[in-house]
Amino acid sequence: MKEKPEGKPITKNVDWVVVLIYLACLAIGWINIYAAVYNPEVNTSMFDLSNNAGKQLMWIGTAAILITCILVIDYKFYETFSFIIYAIVIFLLVVVLFAGSNINGSRSWIKLGAFSLQPAEFSKLAISLAISKYLSDPVISLNRKLKDYYPIIGIIALPALLILLSNETGSMLVFASFAIVLYREGMPGIIPAIGMIAAALLIITLLFVKWYIAGVIVIIAGLVIWLMPVMTRRRGGLWATILVAGVMIGIVFGVDFFMNNVLQKHQRGRIMVLLDPDSDPRGDGWNVIQSKIAIGSGGLTGKGFLEGTQTKFDFVPEQSTDFIFCTVGEEHGFAGTLVVVTLFVLLISRLVILAERQRSRFARVYGYCVAGIIFFHFMVNVGMTIGLMPVIGIPLPFFSYGGSSLWSFSILLFVFLKIDAQRPFTLSRN
Amino acid sequence: MLENRRFVIIGFFAIVGLIYLARLFYLQVLDESYSIVSSSNSIKRVIEIPFRGQIYDRNGKLIVYNTPVYDLMVTPRKAKVEDTLRFCRVLGIERREFDSLMNVASVYSRNKPSVFLRQLSKEDFASIQDVMVDYSGFQFVKSSLRTYTAPTLANTLGYVSEITKKQLDAQEEPYYRQSDYIGQSGVEKIYENELRGKRGTKFVMQNVAGVYKGPWKGGELDTMAVAGSNLYSGIDLETQQYADSLMGHKVGSVVAIEPSTGQIISMVSAPTYDPNILASRFFSKNYSALVRNPFKPLFNRPVMASYRPGSTFKLIQALVGLQEGVVTPGSGFSHANCPVGCHNHAATTSIALGVTHSCNPYFYHLFRRVIYNNKISNTFKASAAGLEDWHTRVSKFGIGQQLGIDLPSERKGNLPDKKYYDKIYGENAWKFSNIYSISIGEGEILITPLKMANVAAIIANKGYFYTPHVIHGVGDQKKLDPMYTTRRETNVDARHFAPVIEGMIGAIQSGTAKSARIEGITVAGKTGTSQNKKGDDHSIFIGFAPVENPKIAIAVFVENGGFGGQAAAPIAGLIMEKYLTGKVTNKALEKRMMELNLLNKVVLTPEQRAMLKSDTLRKKAPESNSLLKK
Repeated sequence: MKEKPEGKPITKNVDWVVVLIYLACLAIGWINIYAAVYNPEVNTSMFDLSNNAGKQLMWIGTAAILITCILVIDYKFYETFSFIIYAIVIFLLVVVLFAGSNINGSRSWIKLGAFSLQPAEFSKLAISLAISKYLSDPVISLNRKLKDYYPIIGIIALPALLILLSNETGSMLVFASFAIVLYREGMPGIIPAIGMIAAALLIITLLFVKWYIAGVIVIIAGLVIWLMPVMTRRRGGLWATILVAGVMIGIVFGVDFFMNNVLQKHQRGRIMVLLDPDSDPRGDGWNVIQSKIAIGSGGLTGKGFLEGTQTKFDFVPEQSTDFIFCTVGEEHGFAGTLVVVTLFVLLISRLVILAERQRSRFARVYGYCVAGIIFFHFMVNVGMTIGLMPVIGIPLPFFSYGGSSLWSFSILLFVFLKIDAQRPFTLSRN
Repeated sequence: MLENRRFVIIGFFAIVGLIYLARLFYLQVLDESYSIVSSSNSIKRVIEIPFRGQIYDRNGKLIVYNTPVYDLMVTPRKAKVEDTLRFCRVLGIERREFDSLMNVASVYSRNKPSVFLRQLSKEDFASIQDVMVDYSGFQFVKSSLRTYTAPTLANTLGYVSEITKKQLDAQEEPYYRQSDYIGQSGVEKIYENELRGKRGTKFVMQNVAGVYKGPWKGGELDTMAVAGSNLYSGIDLETQQYADSLMGHKVGSVVAIEPSTGQIISMVSAPTYDPNILASRFFSKNYSALVRNPFKPLFNRPVMASYRPGSTFKLIQALVGLQEGVVTPGSGFSHANCPVGCHNHAATTSIALGVTHSCNPYFYHLFRRVIYNNKISNTFKASAAGLEDWHTRVSKFGIGQQLGIDLPSERKGNLPDKKYYDKIYGENAWKFSNIYSISIGEGEILITPLKMANVAAIIANKGYFYTPHVIHGVGDQKKLDPMYTTRRETNVDARHFAPVIEGMIGAIQSGTAKSARIEGITVAGKTGTSQNKKGDDHSIFIGFAPVENPKIAIAVFVENGGFGGQAAAPIAGLIMEKYLTGKVTNKALEKRMMELNLLNKVVLTPEQRAMLKSDTLRKKAPESNSLLKK
């Protein structure tokens, strides 16, 4: 089946494009963390462990050790032990519910001396491995049998519920990224489409009068019913169209219920602020406004390293973690943000390409999971700093300060690179 | 089939990436507004106000300087006052006051410091700063206060106070901001631009809580504050204070000028007040007390009060008559054929005797000759033409116009001309018989004490003067406006002054002004009695000394003081003696003048009488600047 070549370096066949992008992200992220926490009065060095930049460097160092371990461990370990890893993470999530430390209202951290670990960060890895393992069974088909979805829903729902209980909604939302891999593996396109339409309807409903929207939906449905037989020479779309239109109108009128009863107050505020940040400039709108000011004031080339007044003087909150992108935008301008966005699009695309060339379904599914998760983080994190997404507290992979997040993304990524490196020795099973 | 979905997925990634880049391009490159907001967020312009210039007297003695004071600032968010009662006791304020001050500060900003108590003295600062350590959120900021070495010259120096809303709106270029200080009157107002110096501007960075975070761009755009220019005045502080004491309990003015330069040696506006009371944190309270005072201490009488000059005006008449050639030094006039009365005195057979005895008929006849000194047969037309000539000559003495002293609100007074009488009587409907009362300084003539002092200086100089001025040097180079160094001629020949001065010496030695005599110094002087319908006549004296080499020319006006010789002349004599010799020999006269109280002769309206009862100025010591009640 495979030959592990003795004496060859462990880095053999590792995809260097991804590794280089990964290293570039870490370097840029680390510099910007230093800029974000930089205080002209207390001039500490980038290597000083008392500030976040110094700590991040330590996290990067430990991540290197982790990566070495990942590359040394046999690639089959991850497939074989995927459910066990999943079980361990679930266990940790349960433990944290009872023994976790309370940080910023969410009971999701395990304190280890001076450092804290967030098990929720590792749930992404666990779910990815479990879904890949489950889908690696060739009899599973996502476009035919509804019951094949149940285990997947279970795999995602269990950690999601535990995370929800620990009040860490942001991390849970990331699980929406699995829609990408499921779509690739055969889930009908209508499902993500419905999801997106529902989100779009939510926003539209908050902006316009409900009865107008309902009217427009009815008109469109009428046009579809009237035109579809003409255009496609096919019948039978009548009931489906009426159903879709009915569901859409239902969503429109269900928005108030969703906003008022399902969402918590701060979540509701964040959505309202997304639509109009000036509605509450000192409260919920503050982060978005200050973040946009920081990025917007960067101009084409930025204010220069350590010269960002918005970030240096604490106008932007959470600058080294969730709002690290502001520092890039303010101090390095459009040039900086262009580089970062390009790095992410390249990385994700490269991961998709790598996933597609896998011979095993397990590897491909896992690759898509990694690409989807990183993409979702990028989309939401950068989107919120430029006012295109509601404020959801999730980190920018490889950039944001934080050991848990850096570790979990590094593990996530390098497990895939390890599997990918073994591709020449893997037989296709489907 | 399913493999092709990767294109959809990659396409989706790419579209999101492109949307984000487009959004970023818009935010960062196209939309400039964020840069501006960012600057106003974190960069603050701090104005540094320099010390105002100091003012010195003619001997180099300091008159006005700046005392460092401390403003107590509060940052409401940080302020923690657990023991409010003790806090209030330490600061000498009431609970109610504390609440309202705190409220005002909170309304302004909870994060930024604002003034809690203004202008605490160094002593107060020292006594409370230890206690204040216990209360967080309070800090002291140094500022400065005008301080006067002597309680004198209040109206001449003027005062400095917070800029008014009206002034703020009226300024052409936006220099002052709200709550800035500005010279409001006197020298402080006229020399505001010199005294205020140059403001420094600092650009500093602040963080989200408004806390100072160092200079912006390393301070390269900052400008240093430059202290205001010092002013050098001709005031003799000792003489000034002496004159003050003589003018106590009286309403009136003293103006003393150095004839050779036009510098003001002393300028008293009585009653006066201690200028320090308007340079304290009790400004508004003290100011309104001054405004309410029926004797109008804020009215700068030397330049603003207008009186009939009375007999002092005869000096100008004599000089005009001599210059016109209608009289010679030896001309004599009798009391006959004259509508104006006179007192009993020896025959006035010369100009000098006319002046010495202040003979009314003498100057009636003299003025008549001046007016009819032309060949016009119609007496109406002749009077008109004559008055015009006379008006031109008298104007040269600065009468009826602003002299141009460096003080605000100088009054012109009134020197009637043809137009003036035409308005009253109609054209060609008046002649000498209608206007003769101005021959002896009564009637329609109005002059200020400053102008009369200047007349004395003109006679001392025998025909010319320099525009009187308080300040003769600005800054270290002692710059002076050329208008104060330009000799102004009266076009009266120097030879005509001898008989007039002789008459003035006579008035001191044997005439109406005997009370102004100084032992061992030749004084020339002339008394005047300004008729006053409302009450006792005003007592006036002008003169100069020593006659051989005049060092001081003076005018003294004492309201309701009676004859010129009763109050004004002795006061003038004492002041001149003090200035010239540094001491006073006639202690009895000095004491009598100092104790002379004429305030009860001032005619007041019933309302003013009522105010007098609540007048704080005289009965109570002015509110001191001290915080702690003794």
